Order: sequence, then structure tokens, then C-alpha cells
Amino acid sequence: MLIDYLPVLIITGVASFMAAAALFVSFLLRPNNPYREKNTPWECGMDPVGDANTGHTRIPFFIIAILFIVFDVETLFLFPWAALLPDKGISVFIFIEMFIFIAVLALGLVYAWVKGALEWV
Amino acid sequence: MPTLDLILEVILLTVKVAVLTQIIFALPMPLTWLERKIAGHIQVRLGPWRVGPHGILQPFADAIKLLFKEDIVPDKADKILFKIAPLIAMVPAFAVFAAIPLGDTFKIPVIGAEVKLYLSDMNVGALYILAIGGLSVYGMILGGWASNSKYALLGGLRCSAQMISYEIAVSFAVIGVVMLSNSLNLLEIVKSQGGSFLSWNFLYLPVGPVWFAIFLIGSVAEINRIPFDLSEDEGTLSSGYHTEYSGMRFSFFMLAEYVAMVTVSILSVIFFFGGWNAPFAFLSFIPPIAWFMGKVCFFIYFFMWVRFTLPRYRYDQLMKIGWKILIPLSLVNILITGLMLI
Repeated sequence: MLIDYLPVLIITGVASFMAAAALFVSFLLRPNNPYREKNTPWECGMDPVGDANTGHTRIPFFIIAILFIVFDVETLFLFPWAALLPDKGISVFIFIEMFIFIAVLALGLVYAWVKGALEWV
Repeated sequence: MPTLDLILEVILLTVKVAVLTQIIFALPMPLTWLERKIAGHIQVRLGPWRVGPHGILQPFADAIKLLFKEDIVPDKADKILFKIAPLIAMVPAFAVFAAIPLGDTFKIPVIGAEVKLYLSDMNVGALYILAIGGLSVYGMILGGWASNSKYALLGGLRCSAQMISYEIAVSFAVIGVVMLSNSLNLLEIVKSQGGSFLSWNFLYLPVGPVWFAIFLIGSVAEINRIPFDLSEDEGTLSSGYHTEYSGMRFSFFMLAEYVAMVTVSILSVIFFFGGWNAPFAFLSFIPPIAWFMGKVCFFIYFFMWVRFTLPRYRYDQLMKIGWKILIPLSLVNILITGLMLI
């Protein structure tokens, strides 16, 4: 039913509107006095060296992101299965099916573990 | 051609949404006061005391202060992303409430009209909450990146890696609940736990308590609270992804965090502790909404209690708990739950 999803639209709109209203009230009240030192990135009083957003980050963050995609898609497959499982006619069949699926994914987790992708030193 | 009923329903929905959003928007005010007061008493000091009796007006003073603060945008920041990131963090925290029921129906005493205490009876409620709740991470990583500050960047990266790691564990715990209650609809999940406290999912032995533990640990990490608040570890990262923010935009990040804490408390109650059902059948003369609010308040208190009791984990310990303990444990637990149900 599409009407069930109408509240999502309304609540997003109302929340955005209230946030914008709060920002507008603050805009009317707040002072605005920027100068060079105030607008530098905060680094304990030192002059910042170089840009931060040029992408100098550690590679494990990227590996975690890839692993996340694998496992998140897996959970998506599990949701309809979980809702259907207590249906007696098919439950044994789909349980064995899902057992194989989870075993394959567990193997993937073991592989990542052994390869050291989960180590964070 | 829309019928009159449909138009009336949309108007009623809009009114309900407006009321709910106002309440959620104002909710952090009592919660910050409560948190600081609880912190004070746990650490044997008074907490807020100067503004009003027992410092009860302190949140209002804070709100006024935040409203009058200058909105500093660093010169080298990505201006557009920097300005909209707090909104991206905040709006999903509100949008989650479209699917969260606060009760079944409520009869207004004088006029006798029945009001539904939920906005949407959507049949994929649990999945919707996970999906929309996960969107907040965009606000945090964009805020951290757009600030062009090293602390903010590191905080944003840490925060996103932590949130996506624990999101998997939380999803598995929700799958466990779906298996036990046989529905993705939150109203159905609560209905399936009716009767007495023995039918609560928490007491579905032996898997219920394990699911609850996974859900609780995962959600504390998801909402970035101690002992998992690595993204704003002030010893190493000053303030994490919102280092460069000030004034209202800073308060939006805080608002998102508090609303997420309330959401997680509500979800714990709905998924594991029978929602608005009374623990004993003879106690059902107390209105369901009172039971619901009581349980939710307990969980909010629990999160504050944990915050001032436990020390913070290191980042490698955090990743270890998420990937090497919670995920294998939930995979095994899914199979055990499946074996019990077939």
C-alpha cells in the first residue's frame, strides 16, 4: 500500500522545515565576525600543514567498507527467509538451503580473518 | 480523484507528524539535563545546579546559547557539504519514527474517539528502520570530510567504519527477532509477545538473551556512545567529526545522537521486551502507553548509566569485538534459532 509510505515523506518534510526554521532564527540572532585565524582548521593552535581532504587515509577503512557490502547484502537475503521460516511446509528445505548459504559466507569471513583483513594494528 | 476520507486521513497524519516532530525536537532538552544530573550523582557531585532549582533551566540556557553562537565555516571547507551535513545526519533520525509505533490505539477519554498511536503500519517496518537509520552515517562522514580538518576527517572515517561494522551485527539481531516473531511489521512483533512476560522475545531461551546482547552492544556502538564513542574520542581526536562545527549546526549533530539513543531504547523494548504489553496479565489495567514509556525510560537511563560506568575501548578492540565476536556469534545463533523453529 502506497499510503503506508506517505508518513515518511511528511515527516522528512516537517523535520527539514523545522531544522531550516531553527537555522533561520539563529541566522537572525547570531553575530558574524569571521577573520583569517578563526577560519583555519582547528589544530591546537598550530598552523595547519597541507589539506586534509586529499584522501590520505589508511587502507583498512576501505577493506572494512568492502566487507560491509558483502555482509550487508547477506543480511538482506536473510530477511525474507527469516519471515518465511516458521511456515511448516517448506521450513526444513529452506533451512538447509540457508545453512549452505551461511556456510559459504562464513568461509568468506574465515578467509578475510586468516588473510589478516580484520587485524587493526 | 482523492476521496474525502483520504484527504481527512492525510490531514490527520500531518497533524500527528507535526506533534511528534515537535516532541522529538524538544526531547534532547530534558535528556541533556537528565544525563548531566545522572553523571553528577554517579560521580558524587551535584551536576547542573545554578540555573533554576536543581539546574532544571540549564537546557533552556544551553539552547539560547547555541542559538546565539556564531556559525563558523572554515575557509578551506567544502562550503555546501559542510552546511548540509548536519541536516543529512539529523533528518534520517527523525524519518525513522515514521515506522515506530508508540502503542496500538488510544481512546481519548472525553470525546471517545480512537487515535492510532503509529504513523504507518508498513509491513517492512524493521527493514525500513535499519535502512533509514543507517543513512545518518552519510552526514557524519560528509561533515568530517567537508571540514578539511585532520581531526574531523579521522573522526568521520572512524565513525563510519564503526557504524557500518556494527550495523551488520544489529541487522543479524533484527533477523533473529523476525524469526522469533515471524513478521517484519513492528505491530505484529509486539502482538506476538502478548500475554505474560514469558512470551517476550528476550525470554525465548536459549537464543533470546544472546540476540538481545548482540542488539544492545551493536546499538551502543551504532549511536556512538561510551564505551564505543571512538569517533569523538577527545584524547586523540579533540571532538571527532564535529570539531569544526559551532552553534546550531553543532547542535543538530547532538540532536541526531540523542534522537538515535531514544530510537534504540524504543526498539529494544519493541523487539525484546514486549512493547506495550504488561509483564503479568493481572497488571493489564495499567494503560499500555504507561508500560511502554516506563520500559523506554529504563533503557534511556541504562544508556546513561553505562556511559558513566565503563571506560572507552581502543579502536582495534572495537573492530575485534564487532568482526571477530559479534558476527560469528550471530551466524551461529541464526542457525540455532532456525533449528529451534523448524
